[in-house]
Formats: sequence, structure tokens, C-alpha cells
Amino acid sequence: MQDKTRTVLTLALAAAGLVATAAHAQEKVKIGLVTDMSGLYADLEGKNGAIAMQMAIDDFGGKVLGQPIELLTADHQNKPDIAASKAREWIDTQGVTMVFGGTNSGTALATAKVAAEKKRVYFNNGAGTSVLTNEQCSPYTVHYAYDTVALAKGTGSAVVDRGGKSWFFLTADYAFGHALEADTTTVVKAKGGTVVGAVRHPLSASDFSSFLLQAQNSKAQILGLANAGGDTINAIKAAREFGINKSMKIAGLLVFLTDIHSLGLKNTEGLLHTTSWYWDRNDASRQFGQRFFEKTKRMPTDVQAADYSAVTTYLKAVQTAKTTDSDKVMAELKRMKIDDFYGKGYIREDGSFIHDMYLVEAKSQAESKKPWDYLKVIATLPGEQIFTTKAETKCALWK
Amino acid sequence: MTVTLPALLSQLLLGLVNGSFYAMLSLGLAVIFGLLGVINFAHGALFMMGAVIAWMGATYWSINYWVMLLLAPLLVGAFGIVIERLLLRRIYRLDPLYGLLLTLGLTLLIEGAFRSAYGVSGLGYDTPELLEGATSVGFMMLPNYRAWVVAVSVAVCLATWFLIEKTRLGAYLRAGTENPRLVEAFGINVPLMVMLTYGFGVALAAFAGVLAAPVIQVTPLMGQNLIIVVFAVVVIGGMGSIMGSVLTGLGLGVIEGLTKVFYPEASSTVVFLIMVVVLLVRPAGLFGKEA
Amino acid sequence: MKKLAPVAYGLLLLALLAAPFLGAYPVFVMKLLCFALFAAAFNLLLGYTGLLSFGHAAFFGGSAYAAGYAMKAWGATPEIGLLLGTAVGALLGMGFGLLAIRRQGIYFAMITLALAQMVFFAAVQAPFTGGEDGLQGVPRGRLFGLIDLSNDLTMYYLVVAVVVAAFALIARSVHSPFGQVLKGIKENEPRAVSLGYDTHRFKLLAFVLSAALSGLAGALKTLVLGFATLSDVHWTASGGVILMTLVGGMGTLSGPLVGSAVVVLLENKLGEIGAGIASFTGLAWFNTLGESVTMVTGLIFVICVLAFRRGVMGEAQALATRWMRGGR
Repeated sequence: MQDKTRTVLTLALAAAGLVATAAHAQEKVKIGLVTDMSGLYADLEGKNGAIAMQMAIDDFGGKVLGQPIELLTADHQNKPDIAASKAREWIDTQGVTMVFGGTNSGTALATAKVAAEKKRVYFNNGAGTSVLTNEQCSPYTVHYAYDTVALAKGTGSAVVDRGGKSWFFLTADYAFGHALEADTTTVVKAKGGTVVGAVRHPLSASDFSSFLLQAQNSKAQILGLANAGGDTINAIKAAREFGINKSMKIAGLLVFLTDIHSLGLKNTEGLLHTTSWYWDRNDASRQFGQRFFEKTKRMPTDVQAADYSAVTTYLKAVQTAKTTDSDKVMAELKRMKIDDFYGKGYIREDGSFIHDMYLVEAKSQAESKKPWDYLKVIATLPGEQIFTTKAETKCALWK
Repeated sequence: MTVTLPALLSQLLLGLVNGSFYAMLSLGLAVIFGLLGVINFAHGALFMMGAVIAWMGATYWSINYWVMLLLAPLLVGAFGIVIERLLLRRIYRLDPLYGLLLTLGLTLLIEGAFRSAYGVSGLGYDTPELLEGATSVGFMMLPNYRAWVVAVSVAVCLATWFLIEKTRLGAYLRAGTENPRLVEAFGINVPLMVMLTYGFGVALAAFAGVLAAPVIQVTPLMGQNLIIVVFAVVVIGGMGSIMGSVLTGLGLGVIEGLTKVFYPEASSTVVFLIMVVVLLVRPAGLFGKEA
Repeated sequence: MKKLAPVAYGLLLLALLAAPFLGAYPVFVMKLLCFALFAAAFNLLLGYTGLLSFGHAAFFGGSAYAAGYAMKAWGATPEIGLLLGTAVGALLGMGFGLLAIRRQGIYFAMITLALAQMVFFAAVQAPFTGGEDGLQGVPRGRLFGLIDLSNDLTMYYLVVAVVVAAFALIARSVHSPFGQVLKGIKENEPRAVSLGYDTHRFKLLAFVLSAALSGLAGALKTLVLGFATLSDVHWTASGGVILMTLVGGMGTLSGPLVGSAVVVLLENKLGEIGAGIASFTGLAWFNTLGESVTMVTGLIFVICVLAFRRGVMGEAQALATRWMRGGR
């Protein structure tokens, strides 16, 4: 009788142990970052974005719910099929609990779909398309850093207010460019401006000259660049080469610190644009910037700062919810208040992180006193006004 | 959309600049095919090598543009000679399609190597100081550098055509491809000639690469989309005809410019439409000789 | 040798059927199978008829988009999607074939490339393809309206069934009198003509069959992965299938299977292979192998053309024949 009892007890304990480890295994946080690591957007997030995320993990203690946190990374090469396949494979075979999408809106939309299908939390920093939290919103998507609506309302309004009434768009021919062009057109027209025309260029175009000539021939006042990263840099360079900047004012609808660094203040002085964060804005930001600089020899862009903040936010939510279960974590994410060096605000029902954005202008070379001292903050754009409003949204989650 | 004359003329002028690149690249390709019978798919990758080497020279050793204009073709030409000796020589006796496949493999190797080193985003290359700035030509500001590109390309193409069609060296080359045994019997070292010809054709591609560096984005993949267009140009012009390639290259640049005014999205595809039509109507190409 | 073949295929089939239970990731094996079918279909034209097409991506990708759109926007059931994909492939193949067949060698290849580029252009411009963003969110649907395919395992067995059936069709064609005529055309077309065969008709038929099955592969891939993108119609996809056939062995039936496995494994697992070699040899450099997929692919291409023209299966068969004859 004793033997039997002992056997049963041992088996029970073993079973309990198995269940416990199984449960523990499910509670391990694995974040999968898939972004552009080698192409035209590699500088603004890329490998350094992964470093920022690792910093967040280390600062959090490297562990949550008693389990070590793991970060996986992959390069989607700006191809939606690679991004979606990687996300799916990670979820199916690696037990990834949170899919983190980076730059490129086409890949973001594809990956968000996979995450929604498989019920995993999906964060995105860097992809602009407002469609992520509007027509294609999902209960598992968090659009953290910024979106095309905020950029349009920020830069678009500011430029029109300063006299830029007629616009010609140079648009990257994919989800992001289309969204940015559409959102900015809405803002420009609402303020009484006109859109004279638009031309679409392939992503990562090699030569902008023919597109820019079309822009010049349109006789519009403003050349609106509805593109980003390498495309923006090359468009600005070519515009100067053909003397177009003399007859038209250039409005960069999405510009990053790394773009200014690459072009130099000589080429970008006075460039007005909207950003979600700048390293020299206050002490906490400067502190993060300094730490990041020590690791990468570059100051962080707003996307890289957002990467740090987003990971910390997610880890806090997991800790509070005491589980990695996607539905419970999402509920906590939408309940909690966020307040760190990056931004202060909350995550709305449609998945947007509502926080303030900033209208900035590139300094002149004379005004720049130290390395990476490129921008001055002109205005703060309140979060409640700058993102899609309830009246405008088509998202079923927020009606 | 109303088409204004300035719009039309400016696109045509830009098209001429692109056409110069097409002409130079298809010239090298035509020389190699016409005289060697090799379909050199690696031409795009070698063009890229020329541009990237120019960038490397400027970035690491501060070698200026003018020196690189001579140095890069020499370096890449030498690389080409090595390829010819080690690899191409072994497949001459086979179906020419193997030459295509081998050079396709080489393309992947070369592009992959540079891609691992530099990623795919652009490496900035500045216009040489002497050619900075733009001149007004009435309907647009034409950057001086682009005018230079057209001038140099036309000069080089004419010089090459003259060399091959009008000089004794050229005569040896042409004879050597038609009947190597006979020419060798005359005491001329045909394998050496073939090797140098490949090197020369490759050097032309690299030269075009250096020319292109300030204009197009210098990236490891810059040759990829150009190569199929250049192939189309050579096929349209007639695969053995050097003048045919040059004229077709320039012409295509202009036609692309025209297309950009009326139907911009089709500009990269119009060459293929032309190729299909030409191949159906004149199978050997516009200037080619029927085999 | 001939007697070994059915045994080998039988073992392969068993391995495929058991694979999900042996730890293989079903989605990955399904992707492999789709490309294996694509390569086998391509080989029908290259290895058995001697025609090098540089535009097969048009059939693969064009059908991928057609099937994807039908299943997503029209709610077509999977079997309709697959049939539609095959039909689109066949139709495109007919169009391409009628224009290209008149020419030989490099000109034939160039015409197929040009036509494929026009299909690429159409894919970029047409609104329904989604351009750079691709056609996303294609549902798995219910086969015949009954069997739910969203379960990876169910989908897997459907893919195995379709690919095996298509492959059997190819094998049958190759060993039939039709196949013999094709081989004759490949070896010596003038002689075939002089024997009274209408070689144009045969070449066209081979082209259409090859295109149709490539279309089936494309539609199948869309069903499995849920998207169709510009990568499927880009000319590098045409280059990829040429590589698969070359590496595997052009004139053999099993060659494309081996070749596609090598190429797909390379593209997806090179990082892991590199890490494995690194830990085995202790040389850290191998860890970076994952970033050099293009280079390694190119290297294999070059080596194959120089030394390995018959491909893996071609060399294997030659070796086996030598053994059996020479008894060495």
C-alpha cells in the first residue's frame, strides 16, 4: 500500500512538475523584431533599433515573470512576404509572444495580419501608415511611435500656415507613400490649399531627376516629399542639383535625425518637419541619447527611442498582468498610463499610442554648437489633437 | 494633362543622359558578344564594381574622381581578364547559354559580396567640383555633370567603334572570332586577343560605372535592373553590331524620356515592348546581320 | 537503375507523409514542395525540350495573383483557385509560346524575358495586386466547401497530394511517345522535322504544359502562405528556377526536386547552417554565412556550370551507370 501511494505521489508530483514547467515555458517572453536592416531604412531603425531594445530589456532586469527575456531579430529587406513568413515561423516554431514590426508600412500591414490571425501582440514603430489603426485596425495591434495622420497634421498644417498653398507630391509608390500623400492632401485642402499634382516613384529609386522635373513643371509652391529614409535624402540632393529648391520650397513629410546627419545642415537648413522625440529636448532625453551614443556612436532617432520605450511598456504590462496571454496583456496595455523619457500618454482603443509630437526645424550651421545639434523645437503638438479623431476613424474597435 | 514644351524637352534631355549609359554598357556587351560569343550577364555587376570602387577610392584613400575614371576601369578590367582566363575559357566550346548561366552566377557572387559588405542602401558619391553647378538651357537647369556624361559617352563609343571597324587591330579581332585557327596560323595570338577583348569590354562597363556614381545611387544592386534593359538594347540593335547597340542605346534613352512625359509608369517597360516587336519583324535586330 | 527509381520515390513519399510528425515545420515543407513543382514544370521545357525560358516567373507569379485574388475577393474555394491558377498559367503560356517559339536559343530566351517583364509591369500597375505591398490576407478557405484548410496539417496533406499528382503527370508525359518526340527535338530539331514531326506544335504543347503546371505551383504557394507579391513575378524568380533545375540536373526527373530543395534550404537555413559549421569548426566567421545567401548561391551556380553541368542527379545517375557497367 505504501509503495503504491508513493508511486502515485511521485507520479503526481512529476505531473505537477511537468505542468509547472510547461506553464512556465508559456510564460517566457520572446520578442521578435523584423525590420529593414540593410536597405534604405536601415539607418533610422535597423540594427541600432535592436540595440535600443536590448538596452530596455537589460534595464528591466533581463527577466520578467521569473523567466529570461529573449530578443530575436530578422531583416525583411522591405519585402512583405519575407516579413510575414518570418513572423509566422517565429510564432509557430519559436514561441514568440510579441511580434515587433519596424519600418516599411507594407511589411507592417502584412505582419499585423499574421499576428492578428495567430493572436499575438503586435507593436510597430517606424511604419507610418495610419491604416494600421484605422481601416485595418486589430485588437492586437499597437501603433506606438507616430503615423501618417500625425505627420500630415503637423507638417502639413505648419507649411500651409506659413504660406505654402499649392502642393506637388513626390510619393513612394507603396502603402506608406499613399497614406502620407492622402492624409496630407486632406489637411492641405481643409486649410484651403490646392494639390496641383503628384508623381509616384518606386521604392528605393535610383534616380529622381525625371520625377523632380515633372514637379518643377507643375509650378507648385511646395514640393511635398511623401517618402522617407534613403528616398528622402536622394530626392533632396537631386532637387538641389537641378536648382529646384530655388523655385519650390521642399516639405519633408517624414524626416529623421539620420537624414539630417547624412545630408548635413548645409542642405537641410530650415527644413520643417514633425517628430515624436528629439534627444536634446530635455534632460531625460539627453541622458538616454548619451547612453545610446556610447553603444553605437550615433545619437538615436525618434524611432530608436520609441523602440526602447515600447519594449519597456510591454514588459511592464506583462508583469502587471502576470501572464504573456495576448488578450490579458492587450487589456493591460490599453489600461495603463505611460510616462517615460520618450512620451507621456496612453494607448487608445484603436491601438494608437496617444502622446505629444513636436514641430521641429533644422538649424543653420552657425546655430549648431555641438555634434548632432541639428534641430530646434518650434511647437509642441498635443496628442489628443494630432492623431486620428473619433469622427474620422473607420476602426470598429473605437466607435 | 497638358504637355508643355519645356516639360517635353527637359525629359528628352534627361533621357539622352540615361541613353548614354545604355549606349556605353551595351557597347561593352556587344563587343564581348560580337567578338567572343559570350553573353556576359555579369556586365551589370561589373558596372557596379566600377562605381563602388570609385566610392571606395574616394572614401578610404581620398582618390579623386578623375583618377578613378582611369583607375577603376583598369582594376575591373584586370579582374575581367582573370575571370576570362580561369572561368570563361572553359566553356567556349559549349552552348552559348552556358556562358549566360556562368556569368549569371558570377553576378550573384559579385553582388552578394558587395551586399554583405555594404548593405543595399546608397553610398553617397559627390559630383566632382569642376563639374558642379548647372547651366540654364532655357527650359531647364541642366546640371553640368550630366552634360559631361553625354559628351564623354559619345566620344568613347565613337572611339571604340572606330577602333574595331576601322583599324588593323580591330580587323584581327573580327577575323579572330570568325576563324580563330586561320588567324592563329598567321602568327597572331588569338587567346591573348580574346582575353584582352573581354578585359576591354569589362573596363568599358566599369568606366560607365564611375560616370554613373554621382548620378545614380551607388548600391550593390545598381546593376541589376540595368542589365536586363541593356540586354534588350543589344538584342534590338543586333547582337553583333557595335554601332547598332550604341544608336539603340541612345535612342532608347530618348524614347524612355518621351514615355515619362505621357505615361511615366511604363517608361521602364517600353524597351521590352520594342524588343518583342523588333524580334518578330526583324529577327536579327535592327542593325544585325542574319546568321 | 530503373528498378531503383520507384523504390526511391516510394521512400520519399513515405518520408513526406511522416514529416510533420518527425518535427518538420509543415509550412516550410509546403513551400519546398511548391517550388519543387515549379522546378519540375520548368524542367519539362528546359531539360526535356531544350528550350531555356527566362520568363517563367510570369506564369508562377501571374497565377499566384489570379488565384489569390479569386480566393480573397470573390471567395472562391481553394480547388477553384488552384484550377484558375493552372488555367491562367496555360493561357499565358499559350500567348508567350505563340510569340516565342519561332525563335531559337538566346532570342527565344530574350522574348520570354521581355514578355515576362510586361507581365511584371502589369502586376505593378494593376490595383488589385497591391503593388509593392502585395496581395495579402488570402484565406485558406474550405476545400470543396467542406474541409477547413486553416489547419496546417490538413493543408499539408492537400499540398502533398496535389504535388505528387502533378509530378506523376510530368513523369507520365516524359515517358510517353510525346516525351520521346520532345527529346528528339531537343537533340536534333532538323532531324525531327525531316521525320515529319510538326516541331512547332510539340514545342508549343510542351510550353503550355510547363506554364500551366508552373501556374499551379504559384497558386498553391499563394494558398499556403496567404500572399502573392512582386517577388513572384520578378525576373530573379525566373533566374531562381533556372538555378534549381541546373543544380539538380537538367535532363532528369528527380533533379528539379533535389535542386529546389537545395536552393530553398539555402535561402532559408543558411544562417543556421553557418552557425552549425561555426560551432563545429570553431571558426566564428561562419556565423556570418547567413548574410551571404546571394554569394553562396552564385558560387554554386558557377561551380555547377563549370564542373557539374549534369547537376546532382545527373552526376548521380552517370555514376550509377558507370558502376553497373564497369563493376568498379
